[in-house]
Amino acid sequence: MIEIQARLKRKHFELDASLQLNQRVTAIFGPSGAGKSTLLSIIAGITQPDSGRIVIDGECLLDSQARINKPIHQRKIGLVFQDGRLFPHLTVERNLSYALNFTPVQNQQFQLKQIVELLEIGHLLKQRPHQLSGGEKQRVALGRALLSSPRLLMLDEPLASLDDRLKSQILPFLKLVSDEINIPMIYISHSKEEIMQITDNLVDIQFGKVNCQL
Amino acid sequence: MLDILRFTPSEISILALSLKIALFCVVLILVPAVLVAWVLARKSFFGKSLLDSLVHLPLVLPPVVPGFLLLLLLGNQGLIGKYLHNIFGFSLAFTWIGAVVASAVMAFPLMVRSARLAISQVDKGLEIAAQSLGAHPLKVFFTITLPLSMPGIITGLILAFSRSLGEFGATITFVGNIENETRTLPLAIYTYTQIPDGDLPALRLVILSMALALGALMISDRLERKANQSIGRHHD
Repeated sequence: MIEIQARLKRKHFELDASLQLNQRVTAIFGPSGAGKSTLLSIIAGITQPDSGRIVIDGECLLDSQARINKPIHQRKIGLVFQDGRLFPHLTVERNLSYALNFTPVQNQQFQLKQIVELLEIGHLLKQRPHQLSGGEKQRVALGRALLSSPRLLMLDEPLASLDDRLKSQILPFLKLVSDEINIPMIYISHSKEEIMQITDNLVDIQFGKVNCQL
Repeated sequence: MLDILRFTPSEISILALSLKIALFCVVLILVPAVLVAWVLARKSFFGKSLLDSLVHLPLVLPPVVPGFLLLLLLGNQGLIGKYLHNIFGFSLAFTWIGAVVASAVMAFPLMVRSARLAISQVDKGLEIAAQSLGAHPLKVFFTITLPLSMPGIITGLILAFSRSLGEFGATITFVGNIENETRTLPLAIYTYTQIPDGDLPALRLVILSMALALGALMISDRLERKANQSIGRHHD
């Protein structure tokens, strides 16, 4: 179960979120500027809300009243960004294994080999990120996030910068991951059509306001 | 004709001294300069613009000014220097180590500028991605930020090295012009221009200086190219 409460006030934007998610896969939907990405970066610990509380499966990551605020690297939240964010100086293989560095072997949920097979990226291992297509980059980014053994996987518009042909390189794998891998997932998108292919659990965010139990 | 290329032992020792000072100079400033560059590129804090200006001061001052300040500060009668001298029997003034310090002060801003530019061009998003995978910020610095800014840091190193080889004003003010101790290439050239019949020896050292500078630039270009390739960046 994921419990999120967050308030954030900026000059031209206000976020007021209260969410309780009981489904394993949830999509957060809303037009651009509605606060989807801000909400994600608050959950990940990148942005600090004015006040808030985030609890995932009983573990508190943020509680502004109790002055608990875990830094990004201790939250164990796997992120897949719109632009992939692969490390350009490392091969695909070393991008993937980078994520294994921070979890003791006995706590690792996946092996490199497993993920490579699942996402069909074996032929890319020796390549550098700049040699990959957009869809391939996103598959590697997804694999890297999974290999960090996250307690929650968050995907921020992972298809937004891809054309239809490239989307077809990643969408089936997103479905595969959401169907077969037992990690809670939050999927953020402005496209309802795209979300419907992943999940029916939809949270609507409008003008920075969201209040939902699912 | 080729006789001009046969350098005398005294010329060789001038060259060796210059290289030694320049080498120690870049070793001395490398870590502090990268640290200051990172702070300036990534942090915002009270007094940042003051730090920024202080770092850049040697670039805009006449070199004799930092040289004189060094003398006041680290000279044998200086504010700090007298303790070094009286307690540890260690003196910087009029020694080659002092020449290292003088050229380090002058080269520091060049190193910081290059490294800072390189660090600020590293995509913060990559650093956040690394943190989200579980990497401590310090680990992120060494595995992501530093390798990705390496081309700029190398450029800075070569710039600092060359600046140190060419250092004149601060050096002559702080450590004088002592043969085999502080008389580097530019100082030796200057010395020859001050004596009768010194033109030819001066010219020989000028040729040496030019060869050295050219060599440094070519090595820099090659290293930078390599470093760019290793981080997956390509340009013509």
